[in-house]
Amino acid sequence: MASHSSPTFLDNLKALPGNLWNAIFRHGRPTSDRARSQAVFSNVFLHIHSARVHPHSLRLATTWGLGVGLVAQFIILTVTGILLMVYYMPAIGMAYDSMKDIHYVVPTGRVIRNVHRWASHMMVVFVILHMMRVFYTASYKKPREFNWMVGMILFVLTLALAFTGYILPWDQLAYWALTIAANIAGSPNELTASLGFAEGFKPGDVLKELLLGSSEAGQHSLIRFYTLHCVFLPVLTTIAVAVHFWRIRKDGGLARPQGTPTPAGGHPPKVGPAPSMAAPAVQVEEAPRKTYGLMCVVRDRSPHTGKDPDETVPSWPYLLRAELLVFMVVMLMCVALGYFFDAPLRELANPALPENPAKAPWYFLGLQEIVSYSAFVGGIVIPTLTIIGLGLIPFLDREEEAPGIWFSGPRGRRAAAQAAVFAMIAAVLTVAIPVNFGWLRNWFPGIHQLVIIFVNPGTLLTAAYIVWSLVVIRRTRSTRLGGIALFTCFVVGFVILTYVGTYLRGPNWDFYWSTSQWPGH
Amino acid sequence: MSGRIEPESISRRDYLGLAGVGSATAAVVFCTVGMLRLPKPRVLPDVSGLLRLGNASKFPPATVTVLPEHKVCVFGTDDGIAVMSLVCTHLGCIVQKTETGFDCPCHGSKFGPQGELLAGPAPRRLPWWAVSQSPDGTILVDLAKEVAASEAYRA
Repeated sequence: MASHSSPTFLDNLKALPGNLWNAIFRHGRPTSDRARSQAVFSNVFLHIHSARVHPHSLRLATTWGLGVGLVAQFIILTVTGILLMVYYMPAIGMAYDSMKDIHYVVPTGRVIRNVHRWASHMMVVFVILHMMRVFYTASYKKPREFNWMVGMILFVLTLALAFTGYILPWDQLAYWALTIAANIAGSPNELTASLGFAEGFKPGDVLKELLLGSSEAGQHSLIRFYTLHCVFLPVLTTIAVAVHFWRIRKDGGLARPQGTPTPAGGHPPKVGPAPSMAAPAVQVEEAPRKTYGLMCVVRDRSPHTGKDPDETVPSWPYLLRAELLVFMVVMLMCVALGYFFDAPLRELANPALPENPAKAPWYFLGLQEIVSYSAFVGGIVIPTLTIIGLGLIPFLDREEEAPGIWFSGPRGRRAAAQAAVFAMIAAVLTVAIPVNFGWLRNWFPGIHQLVIIFVNPGTLLTAAYIVWSLVVIRRTRSTRLGGIALFTCFVVGFVILTYVGTYLRGPNWDFYWSTSQWPGH
Repeated sequence: MSGRIEPESISRRDYLGLAGVGSATAAVVFCTVGMLRLPKPRVLPDVSGLLRLGNASKFPPATVTVLPEHKVCVFGTDDGIAVMSLVCTHLGCIVQKTETGFDCPCHGSKFGPQGELLAGPAPRRLPWWAVSQSPDGTILVDLAKEVAASEAYRA
C-alpha cells in the first residue's frame, strides 16, 4: 500500500513554515481581486464584510463613517479599559487613590485614562448621529425594522456603559450620580405613596437594592457597578453589535436609493405591492423536498439573479481602506483630545455634602432637567416611552419608499424644519414658564402630588411632541412625515434641554443666564 | 360510558422528544430564577439606624443645628428637641440651609424653615425622626421611624 514514501521528519520540518501559513490562511496570497475576495470570504475577521460592495455604500455622505467610527471607539474603549483595570481598585477606600495613581504615577496612565474618557464621550455623540443618519435616510424601513431596534438597544447600552463608567472613580460626581440614579430606580414609591398605598409597600426599593446592594451607595454598590461596567455590559454590547452586523448583511447591505443597482446577495428595491420578503417558506415549497444548498436559502430567486457583478467593487481594498481611514481619524481624535484635555476628577466622595450644583455629564443633563420636574415621570416614564416610541417607529411607519434619500425628499425636509421650529419653541417654553412663573405647587401649595407627577413641564412637552406628530400624520396623510416630525422633536428637545442643563442651571438648579451670575462670583 | 374521548396517540419518539425539551426548559427556568435571587441582598449592609447625638444641653432652645455628617438638622425649642432629615425626598441629595429654609442642590426642590414643601419636584416634606432620651441623658434618634410634626418634640 505504501507505494509513496511518506515524508520524512526532516521534510516536515522544512515544510513547516509554509504548511503553518497554509493551515492558518486558506486563501492564496492577496495578489488579485479574486484572491482578495476569497480572503474576505474565508477569514473569520473579514467575513463580516461581503466580498463585494456597492460604491454607493462607500460614499462619505451615505454613512459619514459613523457606524465604523462606533466600532473603532468600542475597540479603543476595550483596550484602554483593560489597561486601566490593571491599576484600578474597586474598593471605596482605594478607588479614588488608584485614580490619582493612574493620573500622576502610572506610566502613560494619564493619557490612557483621558483617551478612554474621550472615546466614551465620542461614542455617545456618534450613537446619536448614527441614529439620526439612519432615521433621516429612512434606512429603518422594511426589512431593517429589527436592526433599528437592535440599534436602540445599543443606544441604551452605550449610555449604561457611560453611566457605570463614571461611577468608578468614586469622586463627588460618582457618589451623587449613583445616589440619584438609585433613587430614580426607587421612584415608583413616589407614585404608590401618593396613590395612598400602605406605608410598607415600596415596589421601587427592589430595583434600588438590586443596584446598590444596600439602601445607600457604598462598597457593595461600587463592586456591582464595576462588574456591570467591565463584564456584564461589554459582553451584552458585543453580542448586540454582532447581531447588528449580521442583520446589516442579511437585510441586504446598506440602504440605497432606488435606481442604484444592487450588488450580489442583496435584493433590489421594488416598487408596487409589498415585496414578499419573508420568502423562505415559499421557497421551501418551490424547492424540491431534498437537501438544498445556499441557492434555496438566499432571499431571492438565486444569489445572483439580475445583477451585474460589474456594479460592485471588491471589499478588499475599497471597503477595508475606507474603514481603516475612519478608524485612524477616530484614533487621532481620541489621542489628540486625550493628550491635551484631562478627564476631570472631582473631590473624594462626600456623603454629607453634594456639590452645588450637582450636575451629571452633559449627555444626561437633558434628563436631569426633566427629572427636576418629577422623579418618577422624568426619570422612568418619559425615557422609557421615548425608547419604546423610537424603537417602534419602523412598525408605525410602514410606507413603501426607497431608502437612502435624506429626509425622503423636499416634503420631508420641510416637515423636519417645521418640527424643529415647533420643538424649539415648546422646549424653550417648558423651561421659561416654570422659571418665570413657578409651577403648580407655587400656585396651589396644597396640590396633590399625583397632579404634580402627571402634569408637569416634562409630561406636557412630551405630549406636545406626540400631538404635533399626530397632527402632521393627519394633515399630510403620511406616517413617514409624522415619524420625521416626532424624531426631529426628540432630537431638538434633547439638544435644548441639554443646553439648558449645561449652561443655564446654577446652584440649587436655579436659572442663570451665565455662570458669572452665580452667587459667590 | 361513551363520553370519553381517546387522546390521539403520540409516537414514543415524539413523546420522548417533547419530554426532553420540556425538562430542559424547566431546568433552565429553575436555574435562572435561582440565580436571579443572588443579587438581591438578604441583609442590607447599612450603618446603624440609631443615632446618638449626645447630651440635650448641646441643643439649647431657639437653636437650629445642622449636622450634615448625620444628614439631620436638630431644632432646640422650649418644648424640647426635634430632629429633621436633611435627605431630599426627591432623589436623596442633602439639602442645604438657606435664608428661606432648605434648598436641594441637585434638582431645585425648596423647603421651608421647618422642612415644609415649598416648590420643586420633591413629593413631600422633609420627615421628622422619632427622638428619645436614654437614662443617661443622651439624645437618641431613630432614623427608621418617622413621626408627625406634633410628636416631633421631646423634652
